[in-house]
Amino acid sequence: MPEPLLEVRDLRVTFRTRRGTVTAVDGLSFSVLEGDTLGVVGESGAGKSVTVLSLLRLIRDPNARITGTALFGGEDLLSMPESDLRAVRGRDISMIFQNPMTALTPVYPIGWHIAEQLRAHEPMSKAAARARAIALLREVGMPNPEVRVDSYPHQLSGGMRQRACIAMALACNPRLLIADEPSTALDVTTQAQILELMLRLRNTHGSAIVLITHDMGVISETADRVLVMYGGRAVEHGSRADVFRRPRHPYTWGLLDSVPRVTGGRVRRLAAIPGSPLSPFEVPTGCVFAARCPHRHEACAQRPELRGVDGHLDACWLPDNRAEIRQQARSSQPAEVGP
Amino acid sequence: MLMFALRRAASAVLVLFAISVLVFAIFFATPGVDPAARIAGRNADQATLAQVRHSFGLDRPLPVQYVLMMRHLFIDRDLESFVNRGAKVIPQITQAAPVTFSLVLGAAVIWLVLGVAMGTFAAHRRGTVVDPFVMLLGLVGVSLPVYWLGEVVNLVTQSRLHDGLFRWVPPLGYVPLTEDPVQWALHLLFPWLTLAVLFAGIYARLLRSELIANLNEDYVRTARAKGISERRILIRHALRCSLIPMVSLFGLDFGALVGGSALLTEIVFGLPGVGRLTFVSLQNIDLPVIMGTVMYAAFFVVLANALVDIAYARLDPRVRDA
Repeated sequence: MPEPLLEVRDLRVTFRTRRGTVTAVDGLSFSVLEGDTLGVVGESGAGKSVTVLSLLRLIRDPNARITGTALFGGEDLLSMPESDLRAVRGRDISMIFQNPMTALTPVYPIGWHIAEQLRAHEPMSKAAARARAIALLREVGMPNPEVRVDSYPHQLSGGMRQRACIAMALACNPRLLIADEPSTALDVTTQAQILELMLRLRNTHGSAIVLITHDMGVISETADRVLVMYGGRAVEHGSRADVFRRPRHPYTWGLLDSVPRVTGGRVRRLAAIPGSPLSPFEVPTGCVFAARCPHRHEACAQRPELRGVDGHLDACWLPDNRAEIRQQARSSQPAEVGP
Repeated sequence: MLMFALRRAASAVLVLFAISVLVFAIFFATPGVDPAARIAGRNADQATLAQVRHSFGLDRPLPVQYVLMMRHLFIDRDLESFVNRGAKVIPQITQAAPVTFSLVLGAAVIWLVLGVAMGTFAAHRRGTVVDPFVMLLGLVGVSLPVYWLGEVVNLVTQSRLHDGLFRWVPPLGYVPLTEDPVQWALHLLFPWLTLAVLFAGIYARLLRSELIANLNEDYVRTARAKGISERRILIRHALRCSLIPMVSLFGLDFGALVGGSALLTEIVFGLPGVGRLTFVSLQNIDLPVIMGTVMYAAFFVVLANALVDIAYARLDPRVRDA
């Protein structure tokens, strides 16, 4: 197996608050291979964004505590000096954020933003940076890039702004691109365009991608590997085929069953996962999903380890005949769960 | 942009007209206020009053009086004081205006530099003891009344320590810039500092809160993710966006001060500026002078507002397109 580009080990992010300590990420481990796309999926509050923000140490809250290791090219992002990390940010690892409406400083044209990114890491003249910015904008499908390079963020639509953000993120040919719900704030057709653009650029720029989303549909179209998160922990981790065809964790079952199907028989009622996401104040000692799980049993009071074979891992105490269990549950639904 | 400027100028003229009517009405048409009685003195008889009325044109209908006054003020430019007959109003104002200008301009430079430096420093050092310390310093500056601070400064520099540390401080008064630039600056140094202390505190506090709000914005996170330095994030991103509301406040403060709000500072330091002129004419109820100074002040407030609008459009591209 080749050396992973990014290897996160036992990442733990906690926040000290007035009401007690909040655990946002609870011992998370995963890795990303060179040129690979990792889809991170989970509901709001699962700790997806906090995870990636903490990797680049972009959480500025003085009450936050981040432990664990995140090896990137052999160096630990979480312990390297700030000045070294600054050289990594934007050059080796760049980020695209959820809301393109607020992600750009409103008083500067988009070309200025891209030039700033370029000049932060490579010495180049203003004219050269501008020419490169125009080329990048053309690459991300911005119409009229020679004119648009001087447009201010508010003069562009959401989709165009996100394209500008992608152009900026790819300016220095990063080895890893982290996209935190890049298409969530956009309308559906634009979403598809942005995702398609990211995949195309992955091939031309050779960047690995960590794509965060709560949309299983997005994951199924883009990711090579999938990490399913719940309550700050990984509950399932495997290749796309494994997770979609042979899902092992009841939470993943729930996520998959809650996606409406276009083909096949029409279900009377779309399945939902009962209950609501975990409050970050009450992290259970056992399985995080136990409170909402229809297959809960005594063993769930113990915390299950993430384990499995052939790179398909899950954290669940159910016996190994998962496909049968899922099938049985489906035929006997709706399974009511306690309050 | 030209249309914008023209529209702005037209509305400015309208505002000035409205102000002139209002001021005129307050002093000439308020029931119980009789300018003639003021001019004639306390124990004047009816005949004298009638004579005064006639000679000052106060027996004409109000609109005619208004038009005449405006004509004397703006077209013939020979409006005369009611109190010191023969003293023209406009030369008094044009003499006083450079004094006020010198005072306010110098103070503005000082308070802007101080305010921006203190505000940025405090926001940057948020969470350390430096931040509340700087803000407390600013609050002290805001709380010191100008007349008290000015008198204390005078006491120290003109009297108590005048033979020692402050031997170089010239006596109170004003020396025109064209006459002797060094003396001009020396005479104005302490008035500048006194006036600036108040505003520096306000600006520092405002800028700090603006900066802290801006530093929590998404675009700052984006900038950080780009790998640029904290210094550049603070100055090129957060400070640049925080300056937009500062400019509007500055325009209003500057206009009002040039218009005569520096009155207390002028009086304490014996500077014959517009504020002082207004103060003296108000004490005598010298209506033409009041009219002249009010129009002058209104002109600067309106001008400052127009300049703020233009500066706003320069600073904030979102306003330009609106």
